[in-house]
Amino acid sequence: MSQASSSKTMTIGESGLSLMFAVTSFLCVVAAAKAVDAPFAFHASLGAAASLAAVFVILNRYFDRPAALPAYEINGRPNYNMGPIKFASVMAMFWGIAGFTVGLLIASQLAWPLLNFDLPWTSFGRLRPLHTSAVIFAFGGNVLIATSFYVVQKTSRVRLAGDLAPWFVVVGYNFFILIAGTGYLLGVTQSKEYAEPEWYADLWLTIVWVTYLLVFLMTLVKRKEPHIFVANWFYLAFILTIAVLHLGNNPALPVSVFGSKSYIAWGGVQDAMFQWWYGHNAVGFFLTAGFLAIMYYFIPKRAERPIYSYRLSIIHFWALIFLYIWAGPHHLHYTALPDWAQTLGMTFSIMLWMPSWGGMINGLMTLSGAWDKLRTDPVLRMLVVSVAFYGMSTFEGPMMSIKVVNSLSHYTDWTIGHVHSGALGWVGFVSFGALYCLVPWLWDRKGLYSLKLVNWHFWIATIGIVLYISAMWVSGILQGLMWRAYTSLGFLEYSFIETVEAMHPFYIIRAAGGALFLIGSLIMAYNLWMTVRVGEAEVQSPVALQPAE
Amino acid sequence: MSFWTRHQIFEKNSIILIVGILAVIAIGGLVEITPLFYLKSTIEVVDGMRPYTPLELTGRNIYVREGCYLCHSQMIRPLRDEVERYGHFSLAAESMYDHPFQWGSKRTGPDLARVGAKYSDDWHVTHLTNPRAIVPQSVMPGYPFLAETEIDADNIADHLRTNRAVGVPYTDDQIANAVADLKAQADPDNPGVDAFSKRYPKAVARNFDGKPGAPTELDALIAYLQMLGTLVDFKLYNEKANLR
Repeated sequence: MSQASSSKTMTIGESGLSLMFAVTSFLCVVAAAKAVDAPFAFHASLGAAASLAAVFVILNRYFDRPAALPAYEINGRPNYNMGPIKFASVMAMFWGIAGFTVGLLIASQLAWPLLNFDLPWTSFGRLRPLHTSAVIFAFGGNVLIATSFYVVQKTSRVRLAGDLAPWFVVVGYNFFILIAGTGYLLGVTQSKEYAEPEWYADLWLTIVWVTYLLVFLMTLVKRKEPHIFVANWFYLAFILTIAVLHLGNNPALPVSVFGSKSYIAWGGVQDAMFQWWYGHNAVGFFLTAGFLAIMYYFIPKRAERPIYSYRLSIIHFWALIFLYIWAGPHHLHYTALPDWAQTLGMTFSIMLWMPSWGGMINGLMTLSGAWDKLRTDPVLRMLVVSVAFYGMSTFEGPMMSIKVVNSLSHYTDWTIGHVHSGALGWVGFVSFGALYCLVPWLWDRKGLYSLKLVNWHFWIATIGIVLYISAMWVSGILQGLMWRAYTSLGFLEYSFIETVEAMHPFYIIRAAGGALFLIGSLIMAYNLWMTVRVGEAEVQSPVALQPAE
Repeated sequence: MSFWTRHQIFEKNSIILIVGILAVIAIGGLVEITPLFYLKSTIEVVDGMRPYTPLELTGRNIYVREGCYLCHSQMIRPLRDEVERYGHFSLAAESMYDHPFQWGSKRTGPDLARVGAKYSDDWHVTHLTNPRAIVPQSVMPGYPFLAETEIDADNIADHLRTNRAVGVPYTDDQIANAVADLKAQADPDNPGVDAFSKRYPKAVARNFDGKPGAPTELDALIAYLQMLGTLVDFKLYNEKANLR
């Protein structure tokens, strides 16, 4: 007993991290005491409490653990690290439901404005960033972290790098979400679309994200397979590019280091260009490259077929990441951004259609010889339909980036519809499919609690998406046409408010579609919960996918 | 050696792969963004642009805080219907002091780039408090709490100073008198109005919310809305002056 405890020493990570959190906790207390505004004081207090909790958890874990750290291999087989992945999967489901619920609320606010309640923290302007951040960064981000940590281990045949680092990534990332989300409700925002969190949340995210990159990269470096699996290229491009975009778009100078308000370094037209370079590539690398990685692992795995074409994946990978970065200015057509930049943005957006469909073809054709499984496996059906939605929105996107089309579609609900066909259809469904695969694997279950419920989820959510996007197509095109309608005498035909009034029925249909999507996700949460609670245990752990040659 | 064999260098070496990715993603951003900082034609030279007054800046921060940009654009495109509906198309110079820019991407409500001086202060007071009192079909949230919240003016000079650090040309004089200017602009009887008007030519000092007492958030927001798009005088603006 005494021998065992004397040979146990703290790792550098344990001692360093607990020391760092102790210092952070002290700094947060100072910041809370000197805060110039209430939200900052609240966030500093949260930071102090969370840091103290982190110190306690790290020390407690140290006292409870055996002298040796978990082995990298047991009996020649990799000893995979699944704890952080389980955590991120649960958080993904939680944030997904929260984000869809807020989405339904703000959709209803547009149909029935009384639901704003005329209070600061329940008004549309503060809830809308809460919705977008919750679904993109909280739901999508947790799915990406969970799946990337899973896929990189399995396809590299090695345990995740680091001992505390993976936990730091998943917990630290969710703490960022908490700070960002509560900040929006309290009016703490940069008001840069999809980059709303203020400077201190941005700083914290930078630390977490660099750790994420290091954990992922070091796991790749240690891999036992000669080849880096395709999905990992996409994950790596996603993690690295998001870091670059985050740093480029967010340099800001706080008014006080003890206050939440800051002013962004860029101004006017340059800020606009930085913002949409960031914004469009949050779509390109967060919502596309990351989720294509999911497609490249989970579809072949679920269909038990190899990827359709390895060469196509090489071409479409490099073409996609090269072309995407240029597409940002299509968000700024006909604005005060110089014409040459708009034209470049449009040209590259149209070219982007090709690598996007390269990815779609690679995903869909992976089912060659296994199409019959779509009848029997609703999880695979969900994954495949997600790729179909991907193909649809990556055709619609280049079309909308054409300047004449954009002159009609921009500023209207068509954009909202386009985003949601990608977000609900592609990102949502591929995430649901991945989680349906992942949860039984992580908790060693033979399969899901109920495939029938997956089927219900699939159909309810699909009908929801169709209602949502068709309502937005009609309302967007209708409003765009009404804005530019002239009478025979040459006067504008409609006042602005008449075009708002015309949107009302479509806003109700859209809210109904969103409600169906939310109901589907509740069915999913129940199904996953029951899988973990009462599912039949799997004796043998699943075999890793062979890397393509 | 075929292309596919050569490509294995990326597939077998994670460091080369990450360097390759970084190189490929750097090009587009560098080509599109860097010229905007040195091409003179990016932001035309126009008369009339000035930094926001302390009260307008406070109002703009409320606009930013409440996320108004999510439903209102501030960017009029050079299209016939937009120019007729909203006024002259927006110039890059008109948002040159905006940190952050608030061009927006959605018009659930109308564009606000030139809303300044279009409606009376009274109209704004009623509309911001309860939009449906004026426009029954409106879906805008009400903001009754703005009228009840007094502005915390103490650190407004820090806001001006921070803006100067990111490139907005506030003078020492403007920074030193920020608190006085903020109070003067919301109160036409304030003895500081003359000095304020010298520091911010053509800026209007009014009791925007129409209520006596210390300036409220409603004062600030209306002061901001009432100056939007009014700085450049398009009767004097020469479109050809910036052709080169």
